[in-house]
Amino acid sequence: MGFRKFINSKTLLSFFAAFTLLGTNLLMAQTEAAASTTGQPEAPQVDWTGVAYYLLLFFLVCLGVAVVGKILKIYDLTLQIQGKKGLKWNTVMAVVCLVFLLAGLYGAYWSFTVQGSMSLPEAASVHGVEIDEMFTVTTVLTMIVFFITQILLFGFLFQYRHSDKRRAHFLPHNNTIEKVWTIAPAIVLTILVVFGFFTWQKIENSTNVNGDINIDITGHQFAWEIRYPGKDGKLGPKDFKLVSTANKLGVDFKKKSSFDDLSADTIYLPVNKSIRLNILAQDVIHSVYMPHFRLQQNAVPGLPTFFKFIPTITTADMRRKVDDPKFEYLVYCNKICGGAHYNMQRVVRVVTEAEYQSWLSRQKPYLTDALRKELHFAAAGQQKTESPNRLALNN
Amino acid sequence: MSTLAVHDHGVAHHDDHGHEHHHNQSFLSKYVFSMDHKMIAKQFLITGITMAVIAMILSILFRIQLAYPDKTFPLLTTLLGRFAPNGRISADFYLSLVTIHGTIMVFFVLTAGLSGTFANLLIPLQLGARDMASPFMNMLSYWFFFLASVIMISSFFVQKGPASGGWTIYPPLSALPKAMPGSGMGMTLWLISMVLFIASQLMAGINYVSTILNMRTKGMDLWKMPLSVWALFLTAVLGVLAFPVLVAGVVLLVFDRSFGTSFYLSDIVLNGVQQPFEGGSPILFQHLFWFLGHPEVYIVIMPAMGISSEVMSVNSRKPIFGYHAMVYSLIGITVLSFIVWGHHMFVTGMNPFLGGVFMITTLIIAVPSAVKTFNWLATLWRGNIRFTPAMLFAIGMVSFFISGGLTGIFLGNAALDINLHDTYFVVAHFHLVMGSAAIFGMLAGVYHWFPKMFGRMMDEKLGYLHFWLTFIGAYLVFFPMHFMGLDGVPRRYYAFTEFVSMQRWLTVNVFITWSAIMAGCAQVAFLYNFISSIFIGKKATQNPWESNTLEWTTPVEHLHGNWPGEIPTVYRWPYDYSKPGAEHDFIPQTVPFSETMSSNLPQDFEDNPAGLEELNKFTSTLKANEQVK
Repeated sequence: MGFRKFINSKTLLSFFAAFTLLGTNLLMAQTEAAASTTGQPEAPQVDWTGVAYYLLLFFLVCLGVAVVGKILKIYDLTLQIQGKKGLKWNTVMAVVCLVFLLAGLYGAYWSFTVQGSMSLPEAASVHGVEIDEMFTVTTVLTMIVFFITQILLFGFLFQYRHSDKRRAHFLPHNNTIEKVWTIAPAIVLTILVVFGFFTWQKIENSTNVNGDINIDITGHQFAWEIRYPGKDGKLGPKDFKLVSTANKLGVDFKKKSSFDDLSADTIYLPVNKSIRLNILAQDVIHSVYMPHFRLQQNAVPGLPTFFKFIPTITTADMRRKVDDPKFEYLVYCNKICGGAHYNMQRVVRVVTEAEYQSWLSRQKPYLTDALRKELHFAAAGQQKTESPNRLALNN
Repeated sequence: MSTLAVHDHGVAHHDDHGHEHHHNQSFLSKYVFSMDHKMIAKQFLITGITMAVIAMILSILFRIQLAYPDKTFPLLTTLLGRFAPNGRISADFYLSLVTIHGTIMVFFVLTAGLSGTFANLLIPLQLGARDMASPFMNMLSYWFFFLASVIMISSFFVQKGPASGGWTIYPPLSALPKAMPGSGMGMTLWLISMVLFIASQLMAGINYVSTILNMRTKGMDLWKMPLSVWALFLTAVLGVLAFPVLVAGVVLLVFDRSFGTSFYLSDIVLNGVQQPFEGGSPILFQHLFWFLGHPEVYIVIMPAMGISSEVMSVNSRKPIFGYHAMVYSLIGITVLSFIVWGHHMFVTGMNPFLGGVFMITTLIIAVPSAVKTFNWLATLWRGNIRFTPAMLFAIGMVSFFISGGLTGIFLGNAALDINLHDTYFVVAHFHLVMGSAAIFGMLAGVYHWFPKMFGRMMDEKLGYLHFWLTFIGAYLVFFPMHFMGLDGVPRRYYAFTEFVSMQRWLTVNVFITWSAIMAGCAQVAFLYNFISSIFIGKKATQNPWESNTLEWTTPVEHLHGNWPGEIPTVYRWPYDYSKPGAEHDFIPQTVPFSETMSSNLPQDFEDNPAGLEELNKFTSTLKANEQVK
């Protein structure tokens, strides 16, 4: 049809080639201009691989494929003309399946060893160790199934490739084996579930116990606000209606516990002590994610959430373990929250008790002077000089 | 004469044509506003493929951003304008790309494109019906889908851009237009599009269920239906029960956005300004969303499973192993899928006990999925395997389903999910099960039923090329992502450049992007094959795959009403392949047992004592003759 004529037209092809080359020239000119304006001292590196280059490359690959396809077709047809059987595509595919199996097994192995080793270092929390154990067990079980089933799948494809000389084996069902492979996975999964259920219950238990260090972490677009309790060990309550420029978290100063709270821009944690994160968000859902501690909990506006954990490896120790003197534990935001979702981080440092206390003593109070003014409190350091002067009152 | 016969059976839908004689159909009523299920199936397929290409291009765009976060591409500014200033995709538009890619792929391609196409094509043909229960509603379901697609794409052309809160659009981010540009008009258009889409799915689903329950031909009882129809039936049931809950969630979101309600909002201070919302909970939306969201993923995978079962059986020349077990597994998956939705919400801070319950139900649902996988392997065992492109894609589906399904076991375990939620581990998991397994099921269906849809064959060698490039490409793209997730790399991150710990994944990102580009280019082979074969493909025979099911007993040229004359009667189940003693290695469902005495087995007559009598007579005669010899 007209379509064929269009493709076969040599004139059109030459026009297309000329057009592509011209287009490449134009785009090259653009890139060259861009490169020269960067003012590099050495010889300007022109990036000549523009869009047209890639399109042309793709077109050439398609051409190559078409040529190879035509060659194979002609070969196949000539064989058939000679009365011989054509190319045995079925066998070719079966062999490719086997090759894929071997290449795939190697690829999986490579991925596991090279990329698998690029994962998190050992868990830096008590519960994290349990999670990692469960992960190992799950991995071992699932990987056994993975390798057996994929090998059987591609192995069968090769072994039972079509042959005119035989027929398939008519076996519509076998109830015994159905029972076996229903009950076996059920048992394995039950073990995993029970193991998981009790671990989960333990981890998610966030009841406030005497001695827990409560730390307030509040997310907003696009940063985390950190607040530590003062000497009383209690965090003051918050109310979103009280949020103002000086009172970013809306801390309610009608309660005594709020007065000694401290604000911080880094999270310092004393090692081997129970930490209880008080998590909240102010505008949209964010999420507190500290992968090294195996910790994650959503920060939801209107729904305070909590996560308790005990950090076990100090930053200094972890730096030695991962052989990176600049290593830091981090908090990531892990729930899509807007344009800068990808850059909402805070540094977390796990330190000894002594270092923690010294750092804590250096933190500024949340109740800044500006906030005091806003709340009409007397300035810090001033004595309470209000004289009731009740005699002047006439009631 | 044949016209009369057709009129008798299809009276209802003929009247709706508004034409006196069904031969004189205008172009509009034959190709555009068609009420014929076969045409509607093709409409769903073409729209689905178009949306898939669009969503794939979106994914290549954001993969380029991830691979080259520091490079400028002036072409992007030319193409995308304000969304990509100075040759870099903006952070907000990146989130839009990710959102619309997910929305289109999950809903428009894998739900409408997959079940819309194959339910419409196969249900009447494989059951022996002239058309769907309500051809008019069927047509409406397509046109609502088309309208929804147009509106979804139109959201790219509004000032602030398309919705960008992720395909899960959690409030308050999606409820507050000031929270991000994509939560403005783009979000409104997304919500409108989805309401229309769900309306389309409901109309379609009710049609499918009614047709399957009421319009099967003589002899076609439920246990003689092919697995493809079983899967599409249960998918439709899931859809009808689950989609309305998302509508509820969407309606409440519309109210929160536009009418000052506080269903999902409370205690909000946005950009330093207190918002007047109190008493709501964002978690409510998540429950409503995932109550659909989880059945949705089974709506996506079950038709692919049904199609693969069918394709694998035909091409192994063997019955699908454990037909009854396969049906019960599908039913099990359908029922269980309603009680696992909370596993998407383990880290929301909801009551841990609730999380524990959802963990238990989630791991239970792994059992029927495992059973199905083992049954597929057993179908291949001792088969006589023909490698058509459809067969390769069906096998690819099984391979991806194994890989992706196994990682689901990690994520279903709440304790493990703590560190894996919203990381690339999840991205790898769902792309393997949905973006690979389900799409391969769909492609298997396209290659297998292309002759039925278009009366021509697709090119086999191009099909082989398409398969291997896509299969290898998909594994190269998604396998490394598991390890990124295990290293704590979060998803929906515009760039990895802000975190020192993520630097080592930058080269992997480049590798993944190029693998994705290769896999994307491989789709050109499919598109060229699909489009050119419609016009210049080799003309197909009536039953090119030598299959047993009913759709291959219709003539190659499409007929309104499917069969000229009487609809065939069905005598046997669809899986009599390679029956010992049979002349050919397949026996269509329409062949009565009386014609195949040499291959009949006692189990064929479980509900037919008279037939069993005949069989015993035949075998004893045979034995007597043998003894004489």
